[in-house]
Amino acid sequence: MRAAVIQFPGSNCDRDMAVAIRDVTGADTAVIWHRDTVLPSNLDLIAVPGGFSYGDYLRSGAMAARSPIMQAVVEAAGHGVPVLGVCNGFQILTEAGLLPGALMRNAGIRFVCRDVRLTVENSQSIFTSGYEQGEEITIPVAHHDGNYFADDATLNRLEGEGRVAFSYAEPVNGSARNIAGILNDAGNVLGMMPHPERMIEAVHGGSDGRRLFAGIMGGLIRQIA
Amino acid sequence: MKTRIFVTLKNGVLDPQGKAIHHALEGLGFTGVSDVRAGRLIEIEHEAGIAHDQLKAMCENLLANTVIENFEIEGA
Repeated sequence: MRAAVIQFPGSNCDRDMAVAIRDVTGADTAVIWHRDTVLPSNLDLIAVPGGFSYGDYLRSGAMAARSPIMQAVVEAAGHGVPVLGVCNGFQILTEAGLLPGALMRNAGIRFVCRDVRLTVENSQSIFTSGYEQGEEITIPVAHHDGNYFADDATLNRLEGEGRVAFSYAEPVNGSARNIAGILNDAGNVLGMMPHPERMIEAVHGGSDGRRLFAGIMGGLIRQIA
Repeated sequence: MKTRIFVTLKNGVLDPQGKAIHHALEGLGFTGVSDVRAGRLIEIEHEAGIAHDQLKAMCENLLANTVIENFEIEGA
């Protein structure tokens, strides 16, 4: 398995993400600088990590979404390469147009940094096959702008098409329909505010995040077999 | 030449920042304020002949997120 983690100025979960991917899947994982214009070939996963790219200038993720490398990410996503965006990565994917909607300031205004309970709304995607449908899991969040917004038609479509991957099982940030993570139309792009890479082993306080990476790996193996 | 661009949240989009400002104004004793919405002002210095379409494209491609924001180009 081959993976790439995109690194922007201000990313701060890039190394955690690379460690999680390597640790759980054993993937050959490259960290790619945002000024690069090409991605390694034959990627099985592109991760857009969390952080505060460009200091959240203009809007969270707005500048990063226009970085040179993002054109290559958009292109790869179009060819079906799985793309995982976490936290700022989710914001970047919405700003880049790979996912619908936008992530706004938390309704309570405060930065939220704690473990939260999530419900797995769709366990059939390439990212969530390691979970049971409807299962409750615990993954930490750490964000100021995680309040998911989209118009009603978009929200209805996301729910109707099973494109809500995770929802919050408790009040967190005012997100529409409690959305914590969504899939694109083709199912190969997932954006989520919670940080699975921070819940990989017992020392993190749990390992519910591990199954996301293991699930991606399992899906690839099934594809080959 | 300078053009000012105003970026504001669309109607119906919750503005927690505006709410906090409103709350702070009340805390300072200012009464009679019924709502506050916060936005962003961007000043662009440019050559005189720049096309309005060019400014509009800047707004649509970067300066505003049209999912949640409206933009207004001054003098347009």
